[in-house]
Amino acid sequence: MDKTYRLETEDLERLLQLLQGEGYETIGPTLGNGTIVYDKITTAKDLPKGWTDEEEPASYRISNNGGERMFGYTLAPQSWKRFLYPPLRELFSIRRNGKSFETLRTDSEEKKFAFIGVRPCELSAVLIQDKVFTAGEYRDDDYLSRRRNAFIVAVNCANAGANCFCLSMNTGPKAGEGFDIALTEVVNDGGHYFVAEAGTDKGATLLERTGGIAASERERGEAEEVVERTASQITKSLDTRGLQEILAENQESPHWDDVAKRCLTCGNCTMVCPTCFCAAVEDSTDLSGKTASRTRRWDSCFTLDFARVSGGNFRITPKSRYRQWLTHKLSSWVEQFGIFGCVGCGRCITWCPVGIDITAEVSAIKGERVKQEKGA
Amino acid sequence: MSLTTLMEHDTKSSEIMAPSFALVKRVIWETDDTYTLLIDPPAENGGGFPFAPGQFNMVYAYGVGEAAISISSDPAKPDQLAHTIHRVGTVTSALSRLKRGDMIGLRGPFGTSWPIDEVVGKDVCIAAGGIGLAPLRPVIYSLLRRREKYGRIVILYGARSPLDLLYRVELEQWSKARNTDVIVTVDRGDSSWKGHIGVVTGLFSYVKLDSPSTVAMVCGPEVMMKYTCEELQRRGLRSDQIFVSLERNMKCGVGLCGHCQFGPHFICKDGPVFRLPVVNQLLEKKEI
Repeated sequence: MDKTYRLETEDLERLLQLLQGEGYETIGPTLGNGTIVYDKITTAKDLPKGWTDEEEPASYRISNNGGERMFGYTLAPQSWKRFLYPPLRELFSIRRNGKSFETLRTDSEEKKFAFIGVRPCELSAVLIQDKVFTAGEYRDDDYLSRRRNAFIVAVNCANAGANCFCLSMNTGPKAGEGFDIALTEVVNDGGHYFVAEAGTDKGATLLERTGGIAASERERGEAEEVVERTASQITKSLDTRGLQEILAENQESPHWDDVAKRCLTCGNCTMVCPTCFCAAVEDSTDLSGKTASRTRRWDSCFTLDFARVSGGNFRITPKSRYRQWLTHKLSSWVEQFGIFGCVGCGRCITWCPVGIDITAEVSAIKGERVKQEKGA
Repeated sequence: MSLTTLMEHDTKSSEIMAPSFALVKRVIWETDDTYTLLIDPPAENGGGFPFAPGQFNMVYAYGVGEAAISISSDPAKPDQLAHTIHRVGTVTSALSRLKRGDMIGLRGPFGTSWPIDEVVGKDVCIAAGGIGLAPLRPVIYSLLRRREKYGRIVILYGARSPLDLLYRVELEQWSKARNTDVIVTVDRGDSSWKGHIGVVTGLFSYVKLDSPSTVAMVCGPEVMMKYTCEELQRRGLRSDQIFVSLERNMKCGVGLCGHCQFGPHFICKDGPVFRLPVVNQLLEKKEI
């Protein structure tokens, strides 16, 4: 399946129509709420042509540069997580009849999504959540059914944001695995076209039907250049060598107190993180008391209730909650799932209201460690 | 992408998130705030509810919520389930209002169990604090049922006051078993109390452990477990001869909700029972 195609911009429209014809709900980047959102799109005209985003710690701004690129932005605030793992979902309801109860399972909605424009780091996040939700002793059926049905069109990055560090996490800026189709958008003097790579038979078939022609060597080279240029723009990095052990051994570093002075424990980082999977389960009844239901909703380890048990609370201080989040992402996750829980998308940095930077905090913890070793 | 790789191995369905309903046969108030529910296993279980000592159920109060509660009955009698519950939160308060003939929601059994097979031929030291005796009662039943298979059995138990002692009649019965010591202490005595006063660790001065052949099982508040484990090691037990049972917030019981994480461990599936060296370093740190 190493065949690559050249698609014209009009072919993208054809690809969308073909996917819709196969019953897919096409989800892609579009302008909404004054930002870029991944939402239902029906035509390529819905794509945010000319729009780019600028990211800094605690800052996200979009602007239109009048350009031709349909995928010229870096990232939307929210990832694709909410489609595969909805923020709120009723699990079941229970009807009470006197002393007896009848459990009515809430059937999973049969969803068939085609995701258009999944960034390589985001694709890695999906593969991580696959492990979390489907590879353990118990699987999440709803996730599995949505995931199984999903068709993924990745779009390699043409523009790195200031908070991107995918190179360090080995997740981008070019998609490696897990896509049905991977596109690279090429805009140069020679025109505006896509180089498309099929990752699955299904992707290949669709590309054939889209009317794409085999990409020339020059075109493939131009696509490579796009990704290389993006990689060269990436300035942020995270040294992952030995990181799992370093963090596990430094849970009592004085630096956790330092970050706790800045952290507001708002949980924004967990809400925008494409891999965070924690959920709360909530039970309630209707006003008559005849029907009860259980709902699962995204939860955050930054909330005060997260580690509360009736006899007390295991994580009261902001320090312990920030530490739980960071050490989970970059240390205990590896032990649990054999992979880091961070893909280097930088959303947690962008959307932290006080601009806490996970890469800087890790460096500081390492620095403290060096300082202490020298002092000892 | 194709997900064939994801489903190559056998996983269990998350439909386990819905409870089965079971009949409450009897409610026994053990103390002012602690009660035991005797429950008939859910009909769909076919009359039985096999579990291993130390495992827990997610126990559901209709419309209110769930709590992770250890199973306190005899594993050899899977037709009669028991949960001893401390009334402290909203769910455990709602459960405390159940009466004989009411239905209760259950999911389980979940989690790891006490090393009941590993201790055959060995001495066993059981140390419990407060409600921590509840998850250990299935072990005691199992040990005493096959009494000849084990060496000496020492049960050390501490409660806040004489009125807070659980299973008082049974404590008496257990102490009559062959080569079995039951030593009880309370933090505060009253006029009727003629027994020991003080913390559980104080009871070790009344027993002599044959350390190389003893396995210890410890459950209680974390501070009690910390000092008890230290004391056991001072008395010659290696840390890998000690087992503890931990408690954390749980929402799913099956490793999906993330709430019960303790370092890399999910208490619900990697625990609640751990061999001490696995968790010892984490227990020494605050708020992990």
